[in-house]
Amino acid sequence: MLVRDLRLANRRRGDMANPLIFFVMVATLVPLGVSPEATRLAVMAPGIIWVMALLASLLSAESLFAGDYRDGTLEQALVAPQPLWVLVLAKITAHWLVMGLPLTLMSPLLGIMLSLPPAGYPALLASLALGTAALSLLGAIGAALTVAIRRGGLLLSLIVMPLYMPVLIFGASAVQQAVDGMAYGGTLAVLGALLAFAVMLSPFAAAGALRVGLHG
Amino acid sequence: MTFTQWFHRLGSPRWFYQASGKWLPWLAAATLILLVAGLVWGLGFAPADAKQGNSFRIIYIHVPAAFLALAGYYVMAVAGAIGLIWKMKLAEMAMRPAATLGAALTFISLFTGALWGKPTWGTYWVWDARITSMLVLFFLYLGVIALHYAYTSRDAATRAGAVLALVGTVNIPIIYKSVDWWYTLHQPATIKLTEAPTMHPAMFQPLVVMILGFYCFYALALILGLRAEILHRERRTRWVRELIGEDAV
Repeated sequence: MLVRDLRLANRRRGDMANPLIFFVMVATLVPLGVSPEATRLAVMAPGIIWVMALLASLLSAESLFAGDYRDGTLEQALVAPQPLWVLVLAKITAHWLVMGLPLTLMSPLLGIMLSLPPAGYPALLASLALGTAALSLLGAIGAALTVAIRRGGLLLSLIVMPLYMPVLIFGASAVQQAVDGMAYGGTLAVLGALLAFAVMLSPFAAAGALRVGLHG
Repeated sequence: MTFTQWFHRLGSPRWFYQASGKWLPWLAAATLILLVAGLVWGLGFAPADAKQGNSFRIIYIHVPAAFLALAGYYVMAVAGAIGLIWKMKLAEMAMRPAATLGAALTFISLFTGALWGKPTWGTYWVWDARITSMLVLFFLYLGVIALHYAYTSRDAATRAGAVLALVGTVNIPIIYKSVDWWYTLHQPATIKLTEAPTMHPAMFQPLVVMILGFYCFYALALILGLRAEILHRERRTRWVRELIGEDAV
C-alpha cells in the first residue's frame, strides 16, 4: 500500500506540488500584507511559517482517502485480510513522505523570505519534520470522517483545526525559543510525544471513522 | 429486575419517552425554583463586590454556563461511546441535542465573559489561557454539529459524530495543557485571571444555587431535545403514530 501510494503520487506530481506552491505563495502574501521590513518580519516568521505549514497540510489532507474512495480501493481495503489500521497507517506515511517531508525541506527557503534569524533554522526543520507527521495523522481522522460527504473539504478543516492547535503551539514555540537563544530540546520532546501519541491512536480512530463513513 | 434488563429497558426509546414524560413536570419545577431563587438572591441580595461593584453579578450566569459547557462535552462523548459500543439507540439519539446545547452554553459563557471583561479589564477579549481553551471547545462543538448536518443519514451522522467526540475527548486535556503552557510562555501579565480564592459565603451560596439550577436546566433541555429526536427517528413506528393520532383527536 505504501509503495503503491508513493508510485501514484509520483505519477501525479502536479497534485503533490500544489500544497508546496501554496506554502510559498502565502509566504509572499505576508510581506505584501504586513510590511517588508526585515525586523518586523523576523518577529513573526516562526509563527507564520508554522501556520502556513498547518494550512498546507490541511489542504492536502482532503486527498488522503478521496482517490481511493472514488475508485473503490477503499471498499476493497475494508474487506482485505490485513487489519484496516495498518493500511491507514501506510497511507498516512505515504502522505507525509510526499507532503510533510518536502514541506519541511522547503521551509528554510521560506525562512529566508521572511528573514528568520539564522539561529531558528535547525529548530524549524526539526519541529516541522515532527509536527507535519503529527498533522498528517490527525488530518487522517478528519479525512476519514468526511470522505463520503460531498464537498467535505471545508468540513474537514472545521473538524481538524482544533485538534491541530497543540501541535502548532509547540512547533512554533520551539522555533521561537531557538530564535531567542533558549534551549528548545524540551519543546521538541513534547512535540515528539504528541507525535508518538498520535501514532498510537490516530490509525485506529481513522480506521473506525472510515468504517462509519463508508457503511454508516 | 436484573441489571441487564434494566439496561435494555433504558435503551428503549419508547420506554424513555413515556417515563421522561412523568419526570418532566418535576424537573421543570425544580429548574424554575432554583433559577428564580438563584437569580433573585444573586442579583438582588448578594452584596456588591468591593472592587467590581455590581458588574461582578454576571458571574451568576457566566460560571454555571461554563461549568455545563465543559460537562456537556463529556455527556456528549459518553453518549457517543455508549452508542458506538453497545449500539444503544437512546444514547445515539442523545448526541445531537447534547452537541447543540453544549455549543449554546459555551457561547453564552464566552459572551458573558466578554461582557464582564469590558467593565472589569477594559477590554472584551484577551488571549488568556482559559478563554482560549473555551474558544477551542466551542470550535470542537461546532465541528461535531457541522459533521452531524453533513451526513444525510442520521445514523451515520451520529456514529461519525461519536467518533469525532471521542477523539475530541482525548484531545481536550492536551489542548488545555498546551494552551496553558503557551500562555505562561508568553506572559502578558497585564491581567491576573485567577479566581478569587476567598469568595464571601454570601456571594458564593447564590452561585451554588445557580449552578444547581443550570444543571437542572441542562437535564431538562436535554430530555426535551431527546424526546423530539425520539419522535423524529421513530416516526414510522406504531407507538409514535398512535401517540400523534391520539393528540390529534
